[in-house]
Amino acid sequence: MVAPVVPTPAPAPKPEIKANPRAAIAAKTLRNDRWWVSPAISFAVLSAFVIYATWAAFDNGNYYVKPYISPFYSPCLAHICGAAHHGNTGVPPHLSIFGAWWAISPAIIILIFPLGFRMTCYYYRRAYYRAFWMSPPACAVAEPHKSYSGETRFPLIMQNIHRYFFFAGLVFNVLLTYDAVVAFVEPRAASYGGGYVGLGSFVLLINAVLLWMYSASCHSCRHIVGGRLKHFSKHPIRFKMWGVVSKLNTRHMQLAWTSLIFVALTDVYVRLAASGALGHGRWI
Amino acid sequence: MTYDLKLRIWRGDAKGGALQDFTVPVDDGEVVLDAVHHVQALRAGDLSVRWNCKAGKCGSCSAEINGRPRLMCMSRLSDFPKDEPITITPMRTFPVIKDLVTDVSFNYVKAAEVLAFTPTAEQPKAPFRMAQVDVERSQEFRKCIECFLCQDVCHVVRDHEENKQAYAGPRFFLRYAELDMHPNDALDRKKLAQEERGLGLCNITKCCTEVCPEHIKITDNAIIPMKERVVDVKYDPIRFLRRKPKAKV
Repeated sequence: MVAPVVPTPAPAPKPEIKANPRAAIAAKTLRNDRWWVSPAISFAVLSAFVIYATWAAFDNGNYYVKPYISPFYSPCLAHICGAAHHGNTGVPPHLSIFGAWWAISPAIIILIFPLGFRMTCYYYRRAYYRAFWMSPPACAVAEPHKSYSGETRFPLIMQNIHRYFFFAGLVFNVLLTYDAVVAFVEPRAASYGGGYVGLGSFVLLINAVLLWMYSASCHSCRHIVGGRLKHFSKHPIRFKMWGVVSKLNTRHMQLAWTSLIFVALTDVYVRLAASGALGHGRWI
Repeated sequence: MTYDLKLRIWRGDAKGGALQDFTVPVDDGEVVLDAVHHVQALRAGDLSVRWNCKAGKCGSCSAEINGRPRLMCMSRLSDFPKDEPITITPMRTFPVIKDLVTDVSFNYVKAAEVLAFTPTAEQPKAPFRMAQVDVERSQEFRKCIECFLCQDVCHVVRDHEENKQAYAGPRFFLRYAELDMHPNDALDRKKLAQEERGLGLCNITKCCTEVCPEHIKITDNAIIPMKERVVDVKYDPIRFLRRKPKAKV
C-alpha cells in the first residue's frame, strides 16, 4: 500500500539570515591546479560539434549512399529527399510528410529532438553551464555574474521537459536501429560493388548501440523505470530495472561524449562514402 | 622524514585579515591539520582552528586548501608538492569568526526548516518494518557528517549571498530526498523543495558531489531524483491530466 499523502503544513516563516562579513579574500579563486582544463575541453568539443552539426544539417547533400543514411537525416520526412539528385548513391527512404514546399535541408525538421534531448540532459547542463556560461567555471572558482536565478525562470525552467525529449529520443533510437539493420540486409548500390555487409554497416550499428546506451543511462529514464517509487520492495521488477539503469547512469558522462562524437563520425563516414571520397570498393 | 613545510594561512576576523606565511617542521604521513597544529604550537599560539575527531567523521575541520573545500584532517601532506606552500583559508560561504573558524549557523537554520518525518495515523507505530532495499536507498544519505563543504562550494550561495534566504543547499536537498523516498513518510515534499527551499536554483554542476568527503552522490542520487519528482507534480502535463480529482472532504 502506498502511504497516503497527508497535507503538507504551511511552512513556518523563515528566520532572517544575516549577511555577516565573510573572510576578506580578494582572489576569485586560490586554486592552483589546472581547473580550467576540463571546461576548456568541454567548450572546444561542444563548439566543434555545434559548428559541424550546423554545417552538416544545412548542407543537404551526401547524406545517403545505399543502404547507409546519415543519422542527421534519418528519418527523412520531406519530399525533397526523394526528389533531390543523388547521383549513383540511390534514393534515400523517406516519407513525404513535408511536401515539395519544403525546400531546405530535411535535417532541420528532425534535429530539434536529439538536440533538445542533449540540451536538456543533466550531464550536458553541467558541462555547458560550466564551459559556456561560467556558472561556475569550476568548483570554488567565482562566477562572473552579478545575479543568479538558476533554473527557476524562463528559459531555463524549460529544462524540466527533459523527459519528453527522452521519449522522442527513444523513437529516434528505434529508427536508427532500423537503419543499422537495413545496412546489414540491403544490398549496396551496384556502382559500389554490390554485396551486403560493409564497414558502414558496423558504423551505423555502433552508433545505434551508443545512442541506446546514452538514452538508457539518462537520469529521467532512471526516474521513470523505478526512481519515482517509494517502495522498491513492492516493485521487484522495476527495482531490478532501476538497478541496471543506475549502473549505466554512473557512466552517463562517458556515454554522452562517446555517443555525441560517434554520431558526428557516422555522418562523416556516410558523407565521405556518398561523395566517393572513400572510393567504390565492396568494403565501404 | 622531517622537512620544512611552508604554509599560507588566512588570519583575521570579520573586520579584515590577510594570508600570513609560516614555516613549520612536518613529518611524512602527516595531514594538513597536523601542520596547522604545529603552527599553533610553534609559531602562533592564538591561531584559531576548529577540529575534533581527526578521523574524517566529525566534519569540524572544514576549510579551503589551495582553494578547494576539504577536510584538513583528511588531506595528506604527501598529496602536495613539498617545495610549494600550502594555502589554507576559512570556508568562503560562511561568515568568518576568527582565522579558520567560520559561523556555520546558516546550516542550522536550514536544518530547522526541514519538516520532520511524518507517518500517517493509519500506519503502525514506529519502529517500522522496512525491507532492506528500501533501507539501503537512504543509507547513503545518512553517511553525511555535516562538514558543510557541499554548502560551502555551492555557487548558488557562495557567489550570491542574496540567495541564502531562499536556498536550502545540497546538504538539505539530501534530507528532502531521503524523506520523500521513505516508504512511510506521508508528506509530499516535492513542491515544498521547489517552491520554498530553492531546489530550482540548483543548476546541477555537481560541485557538491566533488567535494563530499563521504563520497555521497549528492547530485545523481538526491538532487536530480528530487528534480524529477518535482517534474512529476509540477511540470509534467501528461501526469497532470491523468491525476485523479481530489476527493471532497
